Amino acid sequence: MNRMTRDQMAARVARDIPEGAYVNLGIGLPTKVANYLPQEREIFLQSENGLLGMGPAPAAGEEDWELINAGKQAVTLLTGGCFFHHADSFAMMRGGHLDICVLGAFQVAVNGDLANWHTGEPGAIPAVGGAMDLAIGAKKTFVMMDLLTKQGESKLVDACTYPLTGLACVSRVYTDLGVFDVGPQGAQVLEIVEGLTLDELRRLTGVKLEMAAQSQAA
Amino acid sequence: MIDKAVASAEAAVAEIQDGASVMIGGFGTAGMPDQLIDALIARGVGDLTIINNNAGNGEAGVAALIREGRVKKIICSFPRQSDSHHFDAAYRAGKIELELVAQGNLAARIQAAGAGLGAIFTPTGYGTLLAEGKETREINGVHHVLEYPIHANFALIKAHKGDRWGNLVYRKTARNFGPIMAMAARTTIAQVGEIVELGALDPEVVVTPGIFVQRVVQIASATNHALAA
Repeated sequence: MNRMTRDQMAARVARDIPEGAYVNLGIGLPTKVANYLPQEREIFLQSENGLLGMGPAPAAGEEDWELINAGKQAVTLLTGGCFFHHADSFAMMRGGHLDICVLGAFQVAVNGDLANWHTGEPGAIPAVGGAMDLAIGAKKTFVMMDLLTKQGESKLVDACTYPLTGLACVSRVYTDLGVFDVGPQGAQVLEIVEGLTLDELRRLTGVKLEMAAQSQAA
Repeated sequence: MIDKAVASAEAAVAEIQDGASVMIGGFGTAGMPDQLIDALIARGVGDLTIINNNAGNGEAGVAALIREGRVKKIICSFPRQSDSHHFDAAYRAGKIELELVAQGNLAARIQAAGAGLGAIFTPTGYGTLLAEGKETREINGVHHVLEYPIHANFALIKAHKGDRWGNLVYRKTARNFGPIMAMAARTTIAQVGEIVELGALDPEVVVTPGIFVQRVVQIASATNHALAA
């Protein structure tokens, strides 16, 4: 089966981030989106530990461990960037100032419910970080994930079975097999990876899928 | 003459007793006041309630405090990391209590304590495991959860520079929880890379006004050395 690579997915998400957007890229896969933001667009990357105007990783040997991102990796600050404390950082989310956040997920439900912080397995040590604040705080919450687990189970589901991060908070899901809008209308297919049909996508996910009005084959 | 500067980390933490609640600044290792924590370990007190974003990284700082068995309870947002082995072991052995708080709620609850608020209604966490059993209210069509302030007896924070009145400026993302913890704790102890003359800090850029800080101790940390180089 034809799949988008992680870099292709990151490039696809980057296409939907407009000039002037204030954006938080979650830990892990979403971090890759930064590599594909067009240089001619001015986009403000926020990192929840307290910086706005985050730049790329520094050259080896140039790391400053008091200048890190939410994943605790060394980063740089763009000219014009700034620092702030944690309460201000989360006010940017909760207060509705952040335009877009891109998060990874265990599961997304067709109504936009998100599960991405805890497997709920016995013995698992839970850790939430900023996931719950980001999920409900940004104006638009995008998810970036593989559509299927390694076992072939769909991560786009009718109802999440993992513990929830936020209710009805996701608006769009970018996967290796297609792009979906989710919400009160259910799941709508915006794009399907080349070589896959809508019926195959329905079979793989097991959820009700309709083509969106402005959809296109990839 | 008011002089909040103390001579050593040991002197700075000398009032912290068994059973104290202690906020510790830092996000990962950035802003972690390692030398104050080392002094706290050397002091030998235990049964501590620690408030920090994480639950220790590697061997230093909060991780060392947990390794030494001094922590009864930790209030944090992100305990489980690739290098949180001391917390993981203590948690699995049932030796440490965990109160998990969404990161923004952690910041807001600390800020509420510093601002003298009785509680906050926050939309974060509504409908999740972290809101179970908590009071909720719909405000302007949005569901909120009632969360209470987090107070502490002490805050140990790291800043870049301070003066004898306790005014502080921070460095880059090491600022993180410092300003709000300084406000929330009854006694705030700041380790700074350099204590400067009164008036040397531009009053327009002071981040933490000295009213929130009770002790300042100068400790030239590795990062501050790197900065000076």
